Amino acid sequence: MSEKIDSETDTAGDITIEPERGARKQSIIPGVDIVKGLWSRQSKATRLVIRSVAIAAGIALLVYLPFLNILPFAQVRTDLSPEGSSWSAVLFQVVVYMIVAVGLNIVIGLAGLLDLGYIGFYAIGAYSVALFGSPSSPVTEKIANTFNLSTGWAVPFTACIPIAIAFALMFGVLLGAPTLRLRGDYLAIVTLGFGEIIRIVLRNLDITGGSAGIVEIPAPPGPEITNEYGSRVGLFNRLDHEYWYWLALVVLFLLILFARRLEYSRVGRAWLAIREDEDAAGLMGVDALKFKLWAFAIGAALGAMAGALFASHQTAITPNDFQLNLSFLFVAMVVIGGSGNMVGALLGAFMITYLPERFRDLQEWRPFAFGLALVLVMIFRPQGMVPSRRRAAEFADRKHEAEEAATDV
Amino acid sequence: MSDAIELEKDAAPSGAGAPTKDREVLLSVDHVTLRFGGVVALNDVDFQIYRGEILGLIGPNGAGKTTCFNVMTGVYKPTSGEVLFNGKQIAGRKSHKINQLGIARTFQNIRLFPELSALENVMVGCDARHKTSVIGAAFRLARVFSAPDELYSDNAFKRRYEKTLGLSRHIYEERIGRRDALQLLRFVGIADRANELARNLPYGYQRRLEIARAMATDPQLLCLDEPAAGFNPAEKEDLMGLIRRIRDRGLTVLLIEHDMKLVMGVTDRIVTLEFGRKIADGLPAEVARDPKVIAAYLGEPDESASA
Amino acid sequence: MIGALDSLVLVPMVNWDNLFSDIPGHTVDGLTRGAIYALVALGYTLVYGVMRLINFAHSEVFMVGTWAVLGIYTAIGAAEGDPLWFVIIATLLALIGAMLASAGTALVVERVAYKPLRKKNAPPLIFLITAIGCSLVLLEIFGQVLKVFFGEPFGRKPISIPSLVKTRQLIGPNGALIQTDVVTITNMQVIVFFGAVVMMFALDFFVNRSRLGRGVRAVAQDPETAALMGVNQDRIFMLVFILGGAMAGVAALLYTMQFDGTKFDVGFIIGVKAFTAAVLGGIGNLRGALLGGLLLGVVEVYASTLFDSSWADVTAFILLVLVLMVRPTGILGESLGKARA
Ligand SMILES: Nc1ncnc2c1ncn2[C@@H]1O[C@H](COP(=O)(O)OP(=O)(O)O)[C@@H](O)[C@H]1O
Ligand SMILES: [Mg+2]
Repeated sequence: MSEKIDSETDTAGDITIEPERGARKQSIIPGVDIVKGLWSRQSKATRLVIRSVAIAAGIALLVYLPFLNILPFAQVRTDLSPEGSSWSAVLFQVVVYMIVAVGLNIVIGLAGLLDLGYIGFYAIGAYSVALFGSPSSPVTEKIANTFNLSTGWAVPFTACIPIAIAFALMFGVLLGAPTLRLRGDYLAIVTLGFGEIIRIVLRNLDITGGSAGIVEIPAPPGPEITNEYGSRVGLFNRLDHEYWYWLALVVLFLLILFARRLEYSRVGRAWLAIREDEDAAGLMGVDALKFKLWAFAIGAALGAMAGALFASHQTAITPNDFQLNLSFLFVAMVVIGGSGNMVGALLGAFMITYLPERFRDLQEWRPFAFGLALVLVMIFRPQGMVPSRRRAAEFADRKHEAEEAATDV
Repeated sequence: MSDAIELEKDAAPSGAGAPTKDREVLLSVDHVTLRFGGVVALNDVDFQIYRGEILGLIGPNGAGKTTCFNVMTGVYKPTSGEVLFNGKQIAGRKSHKINQLGIARTFQNIRLFPELSALENVMVGCDARHKTSVIGAAFRLARVFSAPDELYSDNAFKRRYEKTLGLSRHIYEERIGRRDALQLLRFVGIADRANELARNLPYGYQRRLEIARAMATDPQLLCLDEPAAGFNPAEKEDLMGLIRRIRDRGLTVLLIEHDMKLVMGVTDRIVTLEFGRKIADGLPAEVARDPKVIAAYLGEPDESASA
Repeated sequence: MIGALDSLVLVPMVNWDNLFSDIPGHTVDGLTRGAIYALVALGYTLVYGVMRLINFAHSEVFMVGTWAVLGIYTAIGAAEGDPLWFVIIATLLALIGAMLASAGTALVVERVAYKPLRKKNAPPLIFLITAIGCSLVLLEIFGQVLKVFFGEPFGRKPISIPSLVKTRQLIGPNGALIQTDVVTITNMQVIVFFGAVVMMFALDFFVNRSRLGRGVRAVAQDPETAALMGVNQDRIFMLVFILGGAMAGVAALLYTMQFDGTKFDVGFIIGVKAFTAAVLGGIGNLRGALLGGLLLGVVEVYASTLFDSSWADVTAFILLVLVLMVRPTGILGESLGKARA
């Protein structure tokens, strides 16, 4: 690129974030102004310390959450009433759905691909672990018979995960390669069909265990511990759900890191450009099909990982665990929070998983309340709960860096 | 059809042909015809663009100018005919491939990425020349050691770290992209609002941002589709300066424009379309005198309207 | 090793005899099934053609229609074995009731849910989620809310609806209208198929020939220009929802005739199938909806005889993907704007 710069128009030195926007942003919650004022007055080192402490405290809180029992905070627990579900198990499920939200946010929020069949990839992940990991699944039995392996042979859990990811990527590409050429709305119906087909095929085939599904799904490896009844069990067992929760939390953090790196890169920009205007993106040199396929495949892989965790925790799954309604739920998680915004997606996943569990007593009314809430949230806050200002915010943070780069040249 | 060819022959000896003979043809639209059902949007259109020139493409509304851009940039595949760019057949290729070969364009009705900042819009263009893909962005294994000095961090500690371990290619390209994008924003004169979302930018800024974004893909040929639409005279004056400066950077410019003053003032040569046919091709002064062009612009109804 | 792989092959057993032993019969079954898909598909296609919006709540618009039929039958005390004149009156009343109920529901969804979103210029995804929310609300109104207030028959259990025409003897025994060596066609099948086709041609005529229909086509083709030309866009949107809803109401009546019952979530599968049919034929294209619906119905019935009924849905979607591969805008292509009359 030529270095020729017109000096009259050299105004990059005074790049500012649009003041009007900033003002509007601050006025939503009054306290934010004060906090922001205080924050900007701190030195760099102080900010670093405060930020580290805050992050550490946040992590500590997340880790501690299963044991949270201090009134009034204990009210958030889901096991206060006798028919409530185990609090740690709910936390685990929340985190698993957060993984789903992170994956689906790439597909829907960033690349703008309306995937209504995400449940299909969740199922593929779950069944990969089940079929290869369970000693009683038709697949492992067949393999054991064919190669004269000892009875009870199965693929260990850790090896099932790459299998799950590989299958998800494969199906993602198989489904995506022909259909991602189609216009957006067509993709919706085709993926919807895919999600349903996966379930029907799983139910119809003998090799997948038919409608009875698969049992004896393996747990992740871990040291043995003594449980409250005094017997020796694996770390990841049916009673101590907090270990599952922590494991899922670690996986979630790694995947968030992964997704964020993609989002703030050439790849993420390509996705956004495609979402905004696919034709224009193509004319600006973006290979739209390639990046859409990547989004689709990565989303599929993340969905499969969530499914694998789910299946392993359940120890038994049937095709009915993967109804199409769940797909809509997944999409709702991403959109309610604020499409294209990871924090929003996480929040959406939390609300949609947690709230129904917390209000279990209202069992029968939950779907109605959910539907009503969806309509109301969308009508009154169509941009989602955490609207996607992230792009502007990102550049506010990097303003300094941008100025430097500009003045250096 | 024979009509158009004759006209070109007419025009050639009287000026346009003479100074361009020794110049290199960058792009050649070779007897391109494009039909939409019964509509013939382009009818045997045939012209050349020489490297380094500013070529005007004019004609009344609906003449097929935008459609011509669309054929050149892979949006439409011509019914017949070829488009040669640097001697290579490009008609019917994928848009992003054509862009990578070196043709970039703007749009008559602005098509920015509205939810991306101005800077990011341009960086999408810069990305066209970059290589980082999913694996590279996520795992950052590929390292670059010989980056220009200004690309390393200001922070002494980070700088040392970056120099010993190398920059990941992702960071390297990201910083280059940001630097180049800012330069381009300054070049077109809108760097003061680099961080604003494209959809919040004023109209004039959006038009310029489109130019910056197209230039970021580092094209040899830049096609501008009515860049001055909706501009006042002062802004048009500015734009003429900008187009000249673009050419001075070594780009060839193809300009669709209605404002005759602007076109006459900035172009080296003008091709005129009417009802999908080329009716004139020559120096601005000649074209301005051409009775066919004058008739076309006065909107004289003629039988070919129904064709 | 080979033997082991052999049983891993995913293709189910193909039973050609089953299909070829009674092709005409299966075709009639398929057309009857497809006619209902086609009617419901019209609602998707109309709304999509004009607004570029997948109205996911349309399946529940259909569901409300089936309950209206039940309501009318209950109100006038219709039962199996009623005299013919009474059956005709009951059916006509049910038709009107179902059309009104479905059209009304569609209109309410448009006014309450979509209109505010349009005002806010929300992206398509938001419309979709809102539609899913509306769907759930409507489902739960019949599955839960009304049950709390009125008890049975509302709730999540399937409920039967008296079959007035199915077994009625007109010509042949067991409701057979035409009976030859090759094929038996029942009253119900004739009513369902021709009822659907007649309604569809009426709609097609309305959209292509009437003044209001011209407005619909104008908005479908180019909303801005249509608005400039004085077409009231909002009224056209309402009209489209009413028309689509009314067609779903007709489909609801025909469905209850065929299956003698309903359920709070009866719309889901029909909705998905109808939407598939609309895309298959070319969404936004009224005749495409007819063609797509009938084709889908026939293919499903063939598939369930060839393999077994559990594979019908899989076949339907594979058909859809294959068609879209070859013709990305469906068999007849997209068009509501361009009159094909
Ligand atoms: N996709 C299309 N389908 C049908 N007709 C088209 C299409 N694109 C352009 N046209 C027709 O081609 C002709 C040329 O249009 P255009 O290139 O936009 O003219 P302009 O010279 O004003 O840019 C017009 O008559 C237009 O209607
Ligand atoms: Mg034009």
